[in-house]
Amino acid sequence: MQEVKRKYVIPGDIVAEGNLRPLVNVFKIGNSIVATRIGITESSKDGAKVIPLSGIYFPRANDIVIGKILDHSSLSWSVDINSCFAAHLPAQDIFGRDFSPAHDDMGRQLSSGDVIVARIAIFDRTRDPILTIQDKDLGKIPTGELIKISPTRVPRLIGKRGSMIQTIEKATSTRITIGQNGIIVVSGNDKEGITLAINAIHIVEVEAHTSNLTQRIKQLLNVHDSEIEGDDTQNNEVNDAAINGDRVNSNNNDKEMGVINSNGTK
Amino acid sequence: MVQSRSLIDESGRRSDGRIIDELREVKINVGIIKNADGSALIEFGKNKIIAAVYGPREVHPKHMALSDRCVVRCRYHMSPFSTDTRKSPAPSRRETEISKVIREALEPALILEDYPRAAIDIFIEVLQADGGSRCAGISAASVALADAGINMRDMVSACAAGKVDDKIVIDINDTEDKEGGADMPVAYMPNLKKITLLQLDGELNPAEFNTCLDEAIRGCLKVYEIQRSSLIEKYFGKEKGLKEE
Repeated sequence: MQEVKRKYVIPGDIVAEGNLRPLVNVFKIGNSIVATRIGITESSKDGAKVIPLSGIYFPRANDIVIGKILDHSSLSWSVDINSCFAAHLPAQDIFGRDFSPAHDDMGRQLSSGDVIVARIAIFDRTRDPILTIQDKDLGKIPTGELIKISPTRVPRLIGKRGSMIQTIEKATSTRITIGQNGIIVVSGNDKEGITLAINAIHIVEVEAHTSNLTQRIKQLLNVHDSEIEGDDTQNNEVNDAAINGDRVNSNNNDKEMGVINSNGTK
Repeated sequence: MVQSRSLIDESGRRSDGRIIDELREVKINVGIIKNADGSALIEFGKNKIIAAVYGPREVHPKHMALSDRCVVRCRYHMSPFSTDTRKSPAPSRRETEISKVIREALEPALILEDYPRAAIDIFIEVLQADGGSRCAGISAASVALADAGINMRDMVSACAAGKVDDKIVIDINDTEDKEGGADMPVAYMPNLKKITLLQLDGELNPAEFNTCLDEAIRGCLKVYEIQRSSLIEKYFGKEKGLKEE
């Protein structure tokens, strides 16, 4: 296993020196790689990067997000995805290619205030994000409690191979849908379970970078280690966040989202 | 600027008891405003200033958006109760100018190309003023920007130096600003070693100018240490700093 060095940095701090490749949240000046965000560095043979601890959600293609319908024009819905850009969900995505504004009533499918789970189909610097709900587990969310956390805490809330979120879901008998944009929907039949799950999520948000977090969450929820399969608790859980927080590898994140949504949210 | 009385006594003490190369006490609290994406409260001597950063967020009105980079908007404002006599809350010429110079002092540190068609709003509210509020405002805004998670090339630290009783002193206070010989606010990116703001009110000869600039940069580096420790304390707890794991 290759050696990975970590340290705490603020913008302007040198992450690493030498002939390394600058990955995310860093820039190269001369022979040094410099941090652009507050966070934890990771430098290895592949390059150097910073895992940020603060910041808003910046859209990326293929991210799964939870959004709220704001309004619709004759061709698309405008969706608030907790970002600096309003996203658009084209009417053709729901009605198909033969969509006609004259015959199809968009308001009957989705109206303002509805919450949807969607995937960002297209996004680049020049245009607002285009969403799609034509995938497994995507679409309108009928009921649930909507909460917002910092998007930088999402990987920690998911945990290694979904361990943290599975722990919370099983212990509170709730279904938790997480968007990469930091919006979360907690649904279930038990009100107390929902309240407990929301508390646990808030604790994960506040204490995301501290050690033994999974253990503390288990204590809060009265869960024993043996009850959760595939759980992987390490002493230094910053490492978990670091591994899951690798936003370069979006495929991993998608897989994690698959685990979370395996119960089906549509 | 006419000097009416001596501002440095025989023992070398200034009007507030400091020696010539001593900074006022600086304290920074990070993340004090929950509604903002990033915020900081700075206490720079008797100055008390809140900086709040929102964004990157959607630009309204839309025509202000730039297709290749982010728009930075900055508002420096003094509260009516921040000075001895009531200050009108309406934005004055001075505040409009300071808003502009603060924006221009912070912009070189921000990687604006990362957020095209978006806006970053910086609000600097002076609760209590005692000279050097633009420098304190810049330092607080820089911490708030880092707290908001906006991509930055470096932090920006600011400190003034000036001439009082023909001596170059660091961190000018309100009395020295009004009655002293010169006031030179400087904003500086400490790691990149670049100046982002340099103003001068008063007269200095070339030798004095160089000394004054050196002293101001020395002040900026001291402010940087405080900015750094306040951010590290908020995010990682005390004494973690650059420790490697």
